[in-house]
Amino acid sequence: MMATNAEKLVDESTASEEWDPKIIVFCCNWCSYAGADLAGVSRLQMPTDFLVIRTMCSARVDPEFVLRAFAKGADGVLVAGCHPADCHYIGGNYRTRRRIAILRVLLEQYGFDPDRLRLEWISASEGEKFQKTIREFTERIKEIGPNPLKED
Amino acid sequence: MKEDIRIGVFVCHCGTNIGGFVDVPSVVEYSRTLPGVIYATGNLYTCAEDGLASIRDAIKEHHLNRVIVASCTPRTHAPLFQGVCEEAGLNKYLFTFVNIREHCSWVHMKEGPKATEKAKDLVRMGVARAQLLEPKEEARIDVEPKALVIGGGISGMVAATSIANHGFPVYLVEKEADFGGFVRNLNNLYLGGKDATEMLKPIVDQVTSNKNIIKCLKSKVAGVDGFIGNYQVALDVDGKEVKDKVGVIVLATGADEYVPEGLFGYDLYENVVTLTEFEILCKRKTLPKISSIAFIQCVGSRGHVKSYCSRICCNVAIKNALNIAENYQNILGKDERGAVVEKVGVDMKAPEEIAERRRRRRGRRDREGGEEEAEAPAPSEGIEIAIFNRDIMSYGLEHELNYNKAREKHVRFVRYSPANPPKVYTENGKLVVDYWHDTLKLQRKMNVDMIVLSTPLVSPPSAPGISKLLKVPLGQDGFFLEAHVKLRPVDFATDGIFVCGTAKGPADITECVFQAQAAASRAAIPLARGYVQAEALTAIVDADICTGCGTCIEVCPYGALRKNMDGVAEVIVAACKGCGCCGATCPEGAIDLSHYTDSQLLAEAKAALQEAIQ
Ligand SMILES: Cc1cc2nc3c(=O)[nH]c(=O)nc-3n(C[C@H](O)[C@H](O)[C@H](O)COP(=O)(O)OP(=O)(O)OC[C@H]3O[C@@H](n4cnc5c(N)ncnc54)[C@H](O)[C@@H]3O)c2cc1C
Ligand code: SF4
Ligand code: SF4
Ligand code: FES
Repeated sequence: MMATNAEKLVDESTASEEWDPKIIVFCCNWCSYAGADLAGVSRLQMPTDFLVIRTMCSARVDPEFVLRAFAKGADGVLVAGCHPADCHYIGGNYRTRRRIAILRVLLEQYGFDPDRLRLEWISASEGEKFQKTIREFTERIKEIGPNPLKED
Repeated sequence: MKEDIRIGVFVCHCGTNIGGFVDVPSVVEYSRTLPGVIYATGNLYTCAEDGLASIRDAIKEHHLNRVIVASCTPRTHAPLFQGVCEEAGLNKYLFTFVNIREHCSWVHMKEGPKATEKAKDLVRMGVARAQLLEPKEEARIDVEPKALVIGGGISGMVAATSIANHGFPVYLVEKEADFGGFVRNLNNLYLGGKDATEMLKPIVDQVTSNKNIIKCLKSKVAGVDGFIGNYQVALDVDGKEVKDKVGVIVLATGADEYVPEGLFGYDLYENVVTLTEFEILCKRKTLPKISSIAFIQCVGSRGHVKSYCSRICCNVAIKNALNIAENYQNILGKDERGAVVEKVGVDMKAPEEIAERRRRRRGRRDREGGEEEAEAPAPSEGIEIAIFNRDIMSYGLEHELNYNKAREKHVRFVRYSPANPPKVYTENGKLVVDYWHDTLKLQRKMNVDMIVLSTPLVSPPSAPGISKLLKVPLGQDGFFLEAHVKLRPVDFATDGIFVCGTAKGPADITECVFQAQAAASRAAIPLARGYVQAEALTAIVDADICTGCGTCIEVCPYGALRKNMDGVAEVIVAACKGCGCCGATCPEGAIDLSHYTDSQLLAEAKAALQEAIQ
């Protein structure tokens, strides 16, 4: 957990107890959205702080969407796609994987904690993994604290 | 002028599934405050007839031009609500689904007011998206009622005949001078032991006598361009160029046998042959007299050179062991020769390089006694047969019975571990298999006249070229990769191209015939229907922004982008699947995806975060 300087400043200034983060979750239609559905069907409980946006493939998630979401004040962005070799569109998720890796480096350079951006493979049968991911990610984002841009 | 946006929001209680955890009336109330929302209501069950009627009525009464249902999941219910919109005269692409059950009420059952707040957030996101939606039409594309089948083995012949019998002309392209493929090398066939030539004949006859099949021997596919329904193909038919348009393509280019170079003395001793070479010897009745023979299984497969199990070799080895035990006189060479094999080489499948390798091997062959004549054994009686194996995969009932029969005939099945495989060398001019007997815990030797190596079927060296030509993928093992191993086993992800037979991986004839018939009936669907419906979700290139760098063309998994005359990217609508991969890659931001546009997705994200920045 290497909080950057910008993050630390915010951490100290906003130690409010009642803080609910805003987390955007991009789910691909074929696996991860279905995985989220399964979590629902199985009544797996999780924190409310995330909002799902459906895209056809995780490869549709333009790096620009992620950056804009942070610019608009998102505290965390989760991109969820099919497991390697399972992408509905052959290999879209391999491209996603590369993009997210680069984006995380970029975020760090801008003084953001790269952990604010996470990539997870969640299949249509992994309702429990969806729940676990949301729980862990929300927890992590709460640790990191609010998006520093929100204060501007 | 743009028409006013008139949005109707229908929030579902889903009995108590949603209503029990989310305050639906307050979500309805909130919806009314959102921009463009003209009408909002709650339904007990939106998907029940009265719920659907309320949508239909409201569209008419309030002149709604966008409809949002906040309820369950689009994965199950979108077609229903879209259908209702269409009934009421609203294009189905103007419908928006908001999931407040699976993604909200069901996973936040103990969160109280927070679940209601989240439902409001989700509706706000839906409204933001709905404002930017546009009506879409799904284009119809005519299908050229003709097919191309590549490869004239069992699979290709069966597929071609089947499509031709549906009444469509089929080009059957085979690179060799005859149809038949690998089976032409084989002696007799499991199951049933039928002579391979006999089995092949009626299938070849059906092809040659079929008027709908355009027989192209000594032929190759030189070029393929286009998409489902409209493939422009260029064929090289025995030196002549033929160009035509076909609607669908079936790939049946088969497999080769792995050449076990450097393994178990294959390069050193003439009497060490592959399974196929052994079959050819039997078929041509040139098998020398033998008094003992060993088969070694899994040579080069299952993690040895190739990772996979080739499926057929156990059964083929058992078949050949039984041939020796039961039918020796019939496969024995007529000229009473001794025990040295004059290797014949795999008929038409062996690429030139194998023949060349074999010639080289002959040059440096270890001659220490290799030529020495062995004592002529009594034919048929008492031939010692051993099958060295890691484990025998005689799957299915009949193969298991064959295995039992082989045991009854005193075929010895000797297990070896991959860590300690048998060694092959010569001693006093005789081949020896030197092996660890795991049950006896003893190192043992078996003198043999001949060794047969069971090597896997492998993807032929031509596969990468065909893969490029048709823009279809190869899997890790080099075989062609289907769209989905269970749900779409003979389709490629690219519409209009199908695959069957050993081109897809090791399979026996029965399995090849299944696959070929499956591929043919899949291919016949668009041919019979005469048209295909293109996706309405496709990429859109802004020609003014595109610099023609070609990045998108490289990343598109479906070959759905090409450069047009102006040097800029162009979407082939019929081929595009709408994944959006290109859009996220284009360095210029020149590509958008219809119905999931940048602005629609960003509007959703922005609406989601609206409360975040106060
Ligand atoms: C030793 C051995 C024994 C076997 N014994 C049995 C048995 O007893 N029973 C059984 O059921 N199965 C047996 N099999 C399996 C059987 O041989 C295969 O299942 C079958 O031959 C596969 O048929 P196919 O049409 O898919 O491929 P193939 O028979 O390989 O046919 C492919 C055809 O495509 C042609 N081709 C390739 N590339 C191109 C191109 N670019 N353009 C044009 N044409 C091209 C080839 O020339 C060939 O004619 C055995 C296999 C082996 C190796
Ligand atoms: S990636 Fe973008 S700029 Fe490059 S060719 Fe494709 S559309 Fe044009
Ligand atoms: S959206 Fe996908 S299928 Fe369509 S052109 Fe782009 S990369 Fe190809
Ligand atoms: S469709 Fe799920 S990652 Fe591509």
